[in-house]
Amino acid sequence: MTAEAALSTPPADRQDAMPTPMPEVPLLQVRGLTRRYGARIGCADVGFDLWPGEVMGIVGESGSGKSTLLSCLAGHLTPDAGEVLWRGPDGTIRDVLAMAEPERRLLGRTDWAFVHQNPRDGLRMGVSAGGNVGERLMAVGARHYGRIRSTATDWLGRVEIDAARIDDAPRSFSGGMQQRLQIARNLVTHPRLVLMDEPTGGLDVSVQARLLDLLRGLVREMGLSAIVVTHDLAVVRLLAHRLMVMKDGRVVEAGLTDQVLDDPQHAYTQLLVSSVLQV
Amino acid sequence: METEMIAPTVKAAPIASAMDAPMIDLRDVAKSFVLHTQGSVAIEVMRGATLQVRASECVALTGASGAGKSTLMRMIWGNYRVGAGSIRVAGVELRDADPRSVLALRRDRLGHVSQFLRVVPRVPAREVVAEPLLALGTPRDEAIERSEALLARLNIPPALWHLSPTTFSGGEQQRVNIARGFVHPFPVLLLDEPTASLDGANRATVLALIAEAKARGAAILGIFHDTAAREQVCDREVDVSAFTP
Repeated sequence: MTAEAALSTPPADRQDAMPTPMPEVPLLQVRGLTRRYGARIGCADVGFDLWPGEVMGIVGESGSGKSTLLSCLAGHLTPDAGEVLWRGPDGTIRDVLAMAEPERRLLGRTDWAFVHQNPRDGLRMGVSAGGNVGERLMAVGARHYGRIRSTATDWLGRVEIDAARIDDAPRSFSGGMQQRLQIARNLVTHPRLVLMDEPTGGLDVSVQARLLDLLRGLVREMGLSAIVVTHDLAVVRLLAHRLMVMKDGRVVEAGLTDQVLDDPQHAYTQLLVSSVLQV
Repeated sequence: METEMIAPTVKAAPIASAMDAPMIDLRDVAKSFVLHTQGSVAIEVMRGATLQVRASECVALTGASGAGKSTLMRMIWGNYRVGAGSIRVAGVELRDADPRSVLALRRDRLGHVSQFLRVVPRVPAREVVAEPLLALGTPRDEAIERSEALLARLNIPPALWHLSPTTFSGGEQQRVNIARGFVHPFPVLLLDEPTASLDGANRATVLALIAEAKARGAAILGIFHDTAAREQVCDREVDVSAFTP
């Protein structure tokens, strides 16, 4: 119960608090998730548990099913079979796939967030930076203009965007800034689960590092759980606690991130790890 | 009736013996690698590894290069799977342990000073060192304060504290790594060449940190090529060549 109480406190207030005692129920339980494209397998029989505060990486080559899996979880695609059991703030466990569309949309605006690889897919490019952040707050009922603006300013600061840029449209931002703005827009409502599709893809390495540092800090301070799809093994090593390796739509190996990378058991994981250029 | 009356005292005994139990306990550990990319050849690298490290004890792993010192350390840290046998660290069985319990173990009970620093570029040294404390929920100000105190003790100039250690010299990176491993009083510590690439004064500081950790009850297992350092801080040596198949 104390764990539940801690989870329902606004995360901003938890920054310097004691770590949340681990609740005995996972935040997310995925069972037998399957999606076919005609005869072809998108992803098949995928299952895992995600605990509060945990970051799980999903790696695999293009076509391995990792993006299909993420889309199924996010509700962008409808799976053919499976369950996605979500533990709500009140402790009740619901199958997200069985939810009615309005309820699902509400979840997508409140407790869940989705960070797209291309910021253009997650931002409104013609709306100001402050508007992009404020819009999500308004979607959950915020109405007081001054407060929305001050929260937006606060979040721009947290993702290291100069407050002087609050009225500029993101199309005038660099790729790295756009990605940070997308993260601010997603996290402003204090979601408990963030789904990320190649969040550092397409960015310069120096910008990637900055983004990784930012994400790690936010995960720790807000107690976020996240699922990160990427093909970059260096990113998962630094960001993910656990790792799932996918090939041809199936999970071939899963475990502690450094164990999967340093002592890979499956032939495909060994190939993947040994194919990375050493720097 | 009388036996029932004394039962509570009798029950207290297992607690006392649990405290005497080794903090690192390896029993008949074996390890092989199957290299699928190279014709699925299986290489057996370790067999029958048994050793114990108790609280307030420092044990050195010895043996020629390639004898399996690092393999053993990695299995205890958990980035290598336990092939066969049993490894218990602070009471947690690592063989087939779920990731969550290994992560919890690393967060509060098992510290590790590796030979090489692996950090997100651009994160300042003081944050890198404070991170284990922040992960435990230590208030930020206190975590940073403790981090800076340790960096100062290890002779990292304050001008470098706000810079990323990726730009530091080898010896400076090593000291940042050491600070990160000692900033929280882990009851179990793994040290991989903690004094390599350090000059005299810094080497003495690191040896003092190890002695202090032992004095507060830490169980330490390390690899020390520095013979003098090994003789100064280690209570005994275990030659891993004995575990070579």
